This record gives sequence, structure tokens and C-alpha cells, in this order.
Amino acid sequence: MSVVIKVDNLSKKFKDFTAVNNLSFTVNKGDVYGFLGQNGAGKSTTIRMLLTLIKPTTGNITIFEKNLQTNRKKILQQTGAVIEKPDLYKYLSAYDNLSIFAKMSGIKSTKLLLMNQLEMVGLAERAKDKVETFSQGMKQRLGIAVALVHNPDLIILDEPTNGLDPQGITDIRNLILSLSKDRGKTVVVSSHLLSEIELVANRMIIIHNGRKMVEGNVAELLDPSKALIQLQTTDDIFAQQQLQQTKWIQFLQPNTTKLQLVMPKNEVPQLITDLVSKHVQLLSISPMHALENYFLSLTNNPTTHVESAAN
Amino acid sequence: MWNLLQIELFKISKRPRTYIAFIAIAAIVFIFQFAFKADGQSYMDLMLQSVKDDFTFERVKAINGYFMCYIILNTLLIQVPILVALVAADSISGEANMGTLRLMLSKPISRSQIIIVKFIAATIFTLLLLVWMAITALFLSMFIFGVDDMLIFRVKGDESQILQITKDDVMWRYFAAFGYATVALTVIAALALLLSIFAQNSIGPIIATVCIVIVCTIISNINVPIIDNNVKPFLFTSYLVGWKGFFYIATTEDGEPIKGSLENWPAIRNSLFILIGHIVGLVTLSILIFKRKDILS
Repeated sequence: MSVVIKVDNLSKKFKDFTAVNNLSFTVNKGDVYGFLGQNGAGKSTTIRMLLTLIKPTTGNITIFEKNLQTNRKKILQQTGAVIEKPDLYKYLSAYDNLSIFAKMSGIKSTKLLLMNQLEMVGLAERAKDKVETFSQGMKQRLGIAVALVHNPDLIILDEPTNGLDPQGITDIRNLILSLSKDRGKTVVVSSHLLSEIELVANRMIIIHNGRKMVEGNVAELLDPSKALIQLQTTDDIFAQQQLQQTKWIQFLQPNTTKLQLVMPKNEVPQLITDLVSKHVQLLSISPMHALENYFLSLTNNPTTHVESAAN
Repeated sequence: MWNLLQIELFKISKRPRTYIAFIAIAAIVFIFQFAFKADGQSYMDLMLQSVKDDFTFERVKAINGYFMCYIILNTLLIQVPILVALVAADSISGEANMGTLRLMLSKPISRSQIIIVKFIAATIFTLLLLVWMAITALFLSMFIFGVDDMLIFRVKGDESQILQITKDDVMWRYFAAFGYATVALTVIAALALLLSIFAQNSIGPIIATVCIVIVCTIISNINVPIIDNNVKPFLFTSYLVGWKGFFYIATTEDGEPIKGSLENWPAIRNSLFILIGHIVGLVTLSILIFKRKDILS
């Protein structure tokens, strides 16, 4: 499976504040990749770095196997995005907005293409109306039409259901699924709601205070029989080396600051036995809650995890 | 680039605030024309009070289209920077305010291209503003007041002068003056564009541009040697009214105007170079800053 986005050790500092801290993840072709985190977790900053709106302090981003900094134009030609609110030119019509952004995307748009695009998001009848007369849901749908007008292979949607009514949320959800399943697009979708991500994404990452907490397959991460295990040892590097030589490597969460494993609960005793036999000196083993509870605990009691992430 | 410029001009043409400047210019010009048509002779009597006895101007229809345009430009070109700032200062900050900047920059367009296109669009707007001014202040005045030789009142040092330019020697001077004014006002557009990079809405850069122009104009008018020598040569406002140089005609030793001549072409040329230098500097600085800017709007 080819990798569409590869992010390595990405960090962004704004003066003394670290918005994104040593973040690494990969998005594969055809994925609907959920980007989950509380408000202020660093989701939008990361997405803006993926779109070259913000320059990373350190780290590397590769998209379509090309370095983003040196191949910006080529990459953005194949990328469509809705970033936070779908802000458009309010004094122009839906058709004019779509036409302008189609030209900016470097395509020669025809009236038929633009009208088809508006039809797809249910705005064909309002094509000539100014955007200032649109509801939030209509603006969101137009924003998605703008993101898709040049038929990109990668679509990045930052909080696409914000401010939408239930029907609007369902429509966006169906559109994301259709883009992935019917048209083979790769979609990155951010949200602060686990339930949203769960319904559309096949893979996901949770970030908190700019750090990756967990990444993996949604079905596996949300499997109620599995637990997130956090280990504390006298020598985490040695412990990690030992884990990598065993079957436990498949459960090890990569690129996190702590030793974390997502694994079946009933295998935890065996893990402890194996670690002790390999002379790993355990200080603590914390069977965290299942992922949903874990994410809720981040949302409800952030200070605990601020400390753990900072360690 | 051409596509982008078309988009930019289309957006400017669709914004109501664009037309405020054209309406304001037309209103001011019409007020001037009405006032001079109604009671221009009183103004002329006042201006010629000191020289009436020893200056022959029977053959000159003093209040004519050429004279009117000069009077209007003299007043209006001080205010027009505000109108230019109204559009140019909105270039980036307006996009940031609407939230369209991030969408625009997520498209395959370089940031340098965006600044250059925004600058060209602001320059075209400035040019159109001056063309509109030429239509209303010059051509309409010529239609209303007719044409004849042109009188220029000038204070040079301690003495007042009246220069007379024959009517067949005027029109090229206006074309040159409007060309110069375009360059001068483009400096304002470039300054407003630079300031608009730092703001999230257009009010701040518009006010900042106007304040800078006012402060620099005041400094340009302070007649103290230390400022004359060390500050004024570097201020763009010292050159904003350089268009008048095209109406300062050279004279013979007997004081007779020399048709087709300029009193001090090298000074005008140098002023133009300095203004163009300001434009290049401001646009380059805009590109450098904008390329490094994180888009957080």
C-alpha cells in the first residue's frame, strides 16, 4: 500500500509555545484518516503545515513521495482542502467562487464542470446567488465543492462538520465515505469528536498538546476487548529494544513519548512475565481505559495528560 | 499569472468599496467646476491682486479647462492617497479577514505571485483612478470652460510668479503629469500592500498608510536645514507633488517662456527614480515578509 502522507518528527513553536511536538504519522492511499484531538491539541496547526500555510520549526513532510517544501506546487495541484470554516468571497456568487478557485487550482473549467460540481453538493439551483445569503451548511458544501473542483487525489478536511445541522453532518459523512470508496480518494479529516471519526475513518491518530498519543486502525483501537497499556521502566530505550524482539512489537505504538501498547486485555499478564524475564525493570504498568474512555479522559481532565506528555 | 490578475481585477470590480474612490473624485471635481463656473472671477481677482497692474492677460481666458484641471489636481492629489489606500490596504488583510487567504494559499500558487499580482492590480486601480480624474478634471473642464493659454501661480522662494503656457504647449504636460502622479500614487499602493500583510482586517493598514503619509508630508514641509539635508531626500512624500514640475516652464533671460521646455527636468527625473526605488523596495520587502509569514487567520 503506497504512502500518501509521511510526517516525520514535525514540530512547530510559536515563540515559547510548542503547538506541535515531534509528531510523526503516515497516511496510506485510499485511507480515510481521522485526526482526533481536543480544541487546541494541534490538529489545525498540523493541517496548516500539510498545506504550507505554516512553516514547520523542525521535521519533514512528504506527500505523494515528494518533499513538500521543494515540490509545493505539484503537491497542491493534487490536494484539495477545507480549512476550519469554509470562508469564501461573500460578495460573489457560488458559481463565481467555484470558478475563481478552479482557475487558482490550475484547471480550465467549463460551465458544465462547475455546474456538475455544484449539483454534487446540492447547490446548482443557488449557483447565481451571493454566498452572503447562504446558511453555514450551504457554505460548507460550497467549500467542499471548491476543494474537489480540480479532482484532487488527496482531500484534507479540517473539522468539516462544525456548525452543521444533523442532516448536514450526515451529508458530509456520506460524501467522505463516497470519496474514499467510490472515487478512491485519500481523505484526512480532523475532528474533536471521536464519534465522528469512528463513523468515517479507517485509520486514526489522537494528538494531545501537540504530541501523538496513539495511532492505528480505528476498528482495532476501538475494540472493547483491547486496552491501552502504558509502561514505565528504569530504562525505556532498553525496554523498547526488548519489546521489538518479541511478538509484542505488533502492539507497540510507534513515535509516542511513552512506551504504549494497544493489546488484548487478557494478554497483559503474559506481557509482564515476558518483560521481567528479559530483565526489564518495571516501575509501573498502567492499563489505561479503552480508547474512547481514554480520549474522554483527555478531554475531561487534560492536566493529567499534559504532565504525562511533558515528561 | 495572467489568470490570477484577471481574478484579482474581477474581485476588485465586484467590491462596492472600489467605487467609493471614483464617486468621491467625481463629487469633488463637480463641486470645483460648479464653484468656478458660478464665481471663478472672484478667485482670479484674488490671485492676480498683486500683479494685476503690471501683467497683461487680455488674450488669456484665465479660467479655462487647463487652469481648472491644474487647480483641481493641486487639491485632489493630496487626498487621493487615502482613496488608493482604501483598495491597496485591503489586498492581503481583506483576504485574511474573509478567511479566503488560507484557501488561496492552499492552491498551487506561489506567495511571490500573489504579492506581485496584488500589486499590479492595485497599480491598475491607481491608473484607472487617474484616468477617471483626467476625464472629469481635464476633459470635462475643457468642455465646460473651453481652452486657452494656461496661467500657473507659483511661489518660488520669497517671490510669487505667474507663468504662462500657450495652449498648444499644455496637453503633453498633462499627460506627463498624470504619468508622474501614477508613479507617485503607486508608492502609496505599495506601502499599503506591505502594511496589509501584517493585519487581519483592512481598517488598520488603511489608517496606518494614511498616518504615514500625513506624518511624512508634515516632515517634508518642515524647513529646517538638518531635516532638509538628512531626512527629506529619503521621504517619498518629498516627491509626491513633483508632477507640478511639468508645468514650470523654462524662461529666457528676458522672462519669456520657452515653448516645450521644462525648468528642471533633471530634478523631475531624479524624483521619478527615487519613487520607483521606493516601489521596488516596498514590493520586494512585501514578498520577503509574506513568504515567511505563517497564515494563522
